Amino acid sequence: MNFRGETRLWILQRASAAVLALCVLVHLATLIYAVQGGLSGAEILARTRGNATWFAFYSVFVLAVAVHAPIGLRSVLGEWFGWRSRSRDAALLAFALLLAWMGMRAVFAVFA
Amino acid sequence: MSATLNVSVWRGGADGAFRDYEVPRHASQTVLDVVTHIQRTLDPTLAYRYSCRVGMCGSCAMTVNGAARWTCRTHVDKVYKNQKLEIGPLRNLPVIRDLVADMREFFDKWARAQGQFRGARTKADDFARIAPGSEKRKLVDAAIECIGCGVCYSSCDVLARNPDYLGPAALHRAWTLVNDERDTLGVDRLRAVAGDAGCQACHTHVSCTERCPKSLAPTAGIAGLKRAVARAALAGEL
Repeated sequence: MNFRGETRLWILQRASAAVLALCVLVHLATLIYAVQGGLSGAEILARTRGNATWFAFYSVFVLAVAVHAPIGLRSVLGEWFGWRSRSRDAALLAFALLLAWMGMRAVFAVFA
Repeated sequence: MSATLNVSVWRGGADGAFRDYEVPRHASQTVLDVVTHIQRTLDPTLAYRYSCRVGMCGSCAMTVNGAARWTCRTHVDKVYKNQKLEIGPLRNLPVIRDLVADMREFFDKWARAQGQFRGARTKADDFARIAPGSEKRKLVDAAIECIGCGVCYSSCDVLARNPDYLGPAALHRAWTLVNDERDTLGVDRLRAVAGDAGCQACHTHVSCTERCPKSLAPTAGIAGLKRAVARAALAGEL
């Protein structure tokens, strides 16, 4: 990948990190607030299902993870295992799609 | 204070080994004094490099007890721990012999990072007038005192894993030129310092800044380059 592509990935990783910092804070604060008295799975689903705001929030969360994690992993694979060929990017694209698919599957199950 | 020092010195090339020497201990003795004693008294075949002996030339940098240092400005008292003084060549560079590292790649990377000043004025033109208090001039001032000793390069963990990485010194030099209002290379220099071998490879471990004998902060310069490159990319100029 040339320097333009590398720079694009770098910007995407920093931008997704900023989104994730906010998402993780909201996620943890909501968890702590909501589960204070103890909640069953059924009670949680009763609150979350059909909630468009939380659906949108967690969709953003999942997509930010799918962007952020593979770019970070890309550096790890390059530096630790010397894997810098195009096959690395193909494998990481597949990993990104897997993260997005698994994450969105969970978002649909809980919030749709 | 014991009368002698137990010193291990790297002998040979990349596949060499440490050899032990016993060196008389003196007050205010530097690590360079120790190496010089070994070469002049115990083993004249020892190869090492030095010039000024007062921290101006940067040629005597070696790895002392695991950390890159100027040996002329390092007192033995400061680093002699557990009755051991281990002296090796700089890391992240090929070893020519004993304590002499091959610096070619280190300086070639300065050229690859476009570390040369490119101006537009000639002798016939007036001096460029840069306000000493201007923001950019202050950034240049904070970075300009590098003497190219290679301590930061040797201390960089990213280079150990990514040998193509331009390294802290070359990128820091580029940062001074990015802030030099007389320089005309502009976005071409940003292109040279972007990418997997450039500023974006820095993980901000800060080892270069921690070890720089001149107390410079290459990490901050590299962070500045990252911002400059990102701004140029977002503006569609990269």
